[in-house]
Amino acid sequence: MVNVFLYTGLFLCLLMVASLYRAVFGPTVLDRLIGVNAIGSKTVILLLLIGLLYDRLDMFVDIALAYALLNFVAVLAASRYFQKRKGLYEEPPYK
Amino acid sequence: MKEHPAEKRSSQPVNAFGDRPGNPSEHHIPRPIFSRIMTFIALLCLWVILSGRFDPFHLSLGVISCALVSILSGDLLFPESRTGGLFRHTMQVINYAPWLLYQVILANLHVLYLVFHPRMMDLIDPRIIRFDSKLKKEISLVTFANSITLTPGTITMYVSVEGAFQVHAIDKASGEPLPGEMERRIARAFEDE
Amino acid sequence: MDVIVILLLICGLVFFTGGAVGILRFPDFYTRLHPAGKMDTLGSFLMVLAVALYNIHDFSWAALLTSLKILLIVLFIFILNPTATHAIVDAGFRAGMRPWTKEDRGK
Repeated sequence: MVNVFLYTGLFLCLLMVASLYRAVFGPTVLDRLIGVNAIGSKTVILLLLIGLLYDRLDMFVDIALAYALLNFVAVLAASRYFQKRKGLYEEPPYK
Repeated sequence: MKEHPAEKRSSQPVNAFGDRPGNPSEHHIPRPIFSRIMTFIALLCLWVILSGRFDPFHLSLGVISCALVSILSGDLLFPESRTGGLFRHTMQVINYAPWLLYQVILANLHVLYLVFHPRMMDLIDPRIIRFDSKLKKEISLVTFANSITLTPGTITMYVSVEGAFQVHAIDKASGEPLPGEMERRIARAFEDE
Repeated sequence: MDVIVILLLICGLVFFTGGAVGILRFPDFYTRLHPAGKMDTLGSFLMVLAVALYNIHDFSWAALLTSLKILLIVLFIFILNPTATHAIVDAGFRAGMRPWTKEDRGK
């Protein structure tokens, strides 16, 4: 059973790398924000799985809960910040 | 650079922060004691679940801090303060949840099909739909907007206090059933109108 | 019990994969939010449910309390994830980003 959680976590890390592509190379700022949000929601699950692997779920649950709230606040603050910038046009391609 | 995004949207008012008519919470006078007691009970439940310790020290800390919060800002959580219908009210909201879950699963299967379809670009046909909702209460508007985001192929783009919605639908079929059944169910769940 | 847990985990992973691939494949910002907003919610829901079920496997009061906390995470995710999605789409809408339509295909 432990192996199942381990491989699930590894696959989740792979998916996070895929989302990281969007966070790094996204054409606009808000695309990057989508990537960051996706990574954050995967991290919550990853924290729970790590808690199961180390057999300290009671501690990692609190961390995951705090991380979920923090992720939400971060996305909210970032989107509020970027909507104040009026000319949010397509950025030049990443070099 | 300034006008390139706005060609299509210049005719309709792009919402600003300051367009809310009046303060919606000043219509009804809350019964403060009841709502504070309810807030206290809810916060204490949350405290017990989160702290997980039942010795007198931690419990008394929880009671003190929950009392402080519920005295200072007790009218935020239950602004309507109806004593009678609260239980029935909660049951109706809980009744709404399984249907929402079913719709969410349908939505996800639909988007999953779109994502893994090799000719995805032909299938999607994004469009913006506008409609007016009949819901009045803010809580039901918020729930409606969140439910729209969760259900098939649609994302709420803009909601006004009067209930004007703008919804981004990913293809033609997914935007058609709005506002339809979901609005009726939410109106029943929150006793709107 | 283990079978149910593994099944839930795999379903959650499928939805998460769909979300990640959808973020990569869809043509513009608004359409990318569809997989990001929906599939992450349902994927998190399923996987968190799996963890809660596995945790309650050998019953004790402390495990029950932990599972309750995990269900609290589910509740938060169901409220917060659509709200975050709406915040992002609202920012894009106010900044005046034009949605991708079918006519943009040729470009």
